[in-house]
Amino acid sequence: MSEVLAAVDLHVGFGGRRRRGAPPIRAVDGVDLSVAKGEIVALAGESGCGKTTLARALLGLERPWRGEVRHQGVPLGYSSRALKAYRRRVQLVLQDPTGALNPRHTVYEAVAEGLRIHRVPGEEKEQVARALSLAGLRPAERFFRRYPHELSGGQRQRVVIAGALVLNPDVIVADEPVSSLDASVRGEILALLLSLRAELGLSVLVVTHDLGLAWNIADRLAVMYLGRIVEAGPTEKVLGAPRHPYTEALLSVLPEAPNRAPVILAGETPDPSRIPGGCRFHPRCPALAMGIADRAGVAGRCVGEPLPVVAAGPQTWSAACHLRPDAGVPATRVEVSGVAAREPQKG
Amino acid sequence: MSTPKLLEVEDLRVTYRTAGGDLPAVRGVHLTVDKGQTLGVAGESGCGKTSVASAILRLLPPGARATGRVLLQGEDVLAMNWGRLRAVRWSAAAIVFQGAMHALNPVRTIGRQIVEPILLHERGVGARAARKRAAGLLEQVGVPSWRLRSYPHELSGGQRQRVMIAMALACAPDLIIADEPTTALDVMVQAQVLDLLRGLVRERGLGLVLISHDLAVLADVCDRVAVMYAGRVVEEGPGHRLFTDAVHPYARALAAAFPTIGDPASRLAPHGLPGDPPDPRGLPTGCPFHPRCAAAVERCRTEDVLLRPAAPDRSAACVHIGTEAVAP
Repeated sequence: MSEVLAAVDLHVGFGGRRRRGAPPIRAVDGVDLSVAKGEIVALAGESGCGKTTLARALLGLERPWRGEVRHQGVPLGYSSRALKAYRRRVQLVLQDPTGALNPRHTVYEAVAEGLRIHRVPGEEKEQVARALSLAGLRPAERFFRRYPHELSGGQRQRVVIAGALVLNPDVIVADEPVSSLDASVRGEILALLLSLRAELGLSVLVVTHDLGLAWNIADRLAVMYLGRIVEAGPTEKVLGAPRHPYTEALLSVLPEAPNRAPVILAGETPDPSRIPGGCRFHPRCPALAMGIADRAGVAGRCVGEPLPVVAAGPQTWSAACHLRPDAGVPATRVEVSGVAAREPQKG
Repeated sequence: MSTPKLLEVEDLRVTYRTAGGDLPAVRGVHLTVDKGQTLGVAGESGCGKTSVASAILRLLPPGARATGRVLLQGEDVLAMNWGRLRAVRWSAAAIVFQGAMHALNPVRTIGRQIVEPILLHERGVGARAARKRAAGLLEQVGVPSWRLRSYPHELSGGQRQRVMIAMALACAPDLIIADEPTTALDVMVQAQVLDLLRGLVRERGLGLVLISHDLAVLADVCDRVAVMYAGRVVEEGPGHRLFTDAVHPYARALAAAFPTIGDPASRLAPHGLPGDPPDPRGLPTGCPFHPRCAAAVERCRTEDVLLRPAAPDRSAACVHIGTEAVAP
């Protein structure tokens, strides 16, 4: 099996013990997601939906309450030695390259830092030069002595990507990699991610709120809402004929949406410490509000019956919606209700 | 002379004096907005679009020099005395800045911040009446009026942006300038805010100048769109046409940067533009876009091109368009 990185029944939360009295925040509330070798997966959703927490958990920066992160089929260990080894294989690229780079370090130092931390053997200069040219900064030697302020936004993001590539990772997790870049530079950085996949067989998980980005580069798309993946499948399918009312609404409000009446949901993503019962989307669901669910005879279930976790793996297209009993949702994993299952595992 | 337009910007130039020499941020921009009209200004960071917005209300930092004319209902803002300028700000035209997180005062309630311009600008309006109006404004932008007592940190990003819009509406201006009002917001909240702005233009007959780097958003909301590059407008025309079939190579690249979902041409094929936006301190000779332009010819290196008619109701600054020079 070519699965490189996976979240299995992952639950990540905050509070509980320290926030006595207040309900715990269930930021990631049961997620199954896998990224195969050479695959680009986009994880989309609004702010507060838990997508960044999921990415952090996949990087080993948050410990799950329940479930596990698997890399090359092996569950992630949380000893500092295991985490250090893991972080060589799975690298992070952040949104804002200006914040990610130390202004007093040259490009060379920024890229070589990872090599030094991990005591990677071999000629340092060669490895830095190779990473820079892979990231499209050629000739690499010309950039060695430059400082971040001497570079444009796009070049800075390339330096950050080179810093990730220098360790030969097999997965890159990119959190909004282009949202702070200029529109014309955006396409160039996305093209770079595509070419790295083609040249190195790199797997990429892109966390974004931008569905256009998913259309541009992702093989698969997972849409997240309030801690859960509500729809996942091949990008063409999910964006072409969305099966979940939430995906449909997100698509309909895009300015260039082709002849779709915009469905503007009121309010914002609700508080993950008070996840609604039944389908977690039901208070904002246009299909329920417009009576579509009622006519289909599922309105009662929308309000009262929780949905199973969507398995976001290759070759599947599923949506967690009572209107879609045909959506390929596996019936085996059903949500465990009650708080007991969500308490932190470790004391 | 007929009744003056709501806003006419004529040959606006903004130069920042810096330690490294003069920095020409805006190099001769013409714009027109009438009541009930929406004009979009598109462009990337450093193209001068925020300088244009600030110059309209003379909000440029010290050390910046603006020349040309900014006619607000026929009156030149750049030539006004301080008293007149203070009266015009808020009540004739108001700005909604980008980044509502930083533009609101964190230690004052929302209510105090909306009431302040009303009390300062409208003599004879008492504190109670001003507060009542502020409550009405909040409701109008879709924020419950009990939020008047809230502090900015208690609101979500979308609500803060709505509060900024309510503040801009406080003294019933005829013109609103919104500088990247939705940039930091999610798609759904962005749709809510754009819907709100669209409704205000329709119902109150406001003029709106919407500034954004996202040409798709502008094409959707605006009657007309001007695309700026290196301190100049390089293409101007009806919003939707400009997005779907731009004439200027830069406008075309900007339109392609945000893909149309469902379009097979952009599937697994992001469209970028090689190179970076130019440094205003050292602009390329000739057409400033030529180093990044796929259609550049020898003439582009030497010949500076001004806007010229490209089609009925449209103009663009590119040597490949038409042959007759522009006659403004």
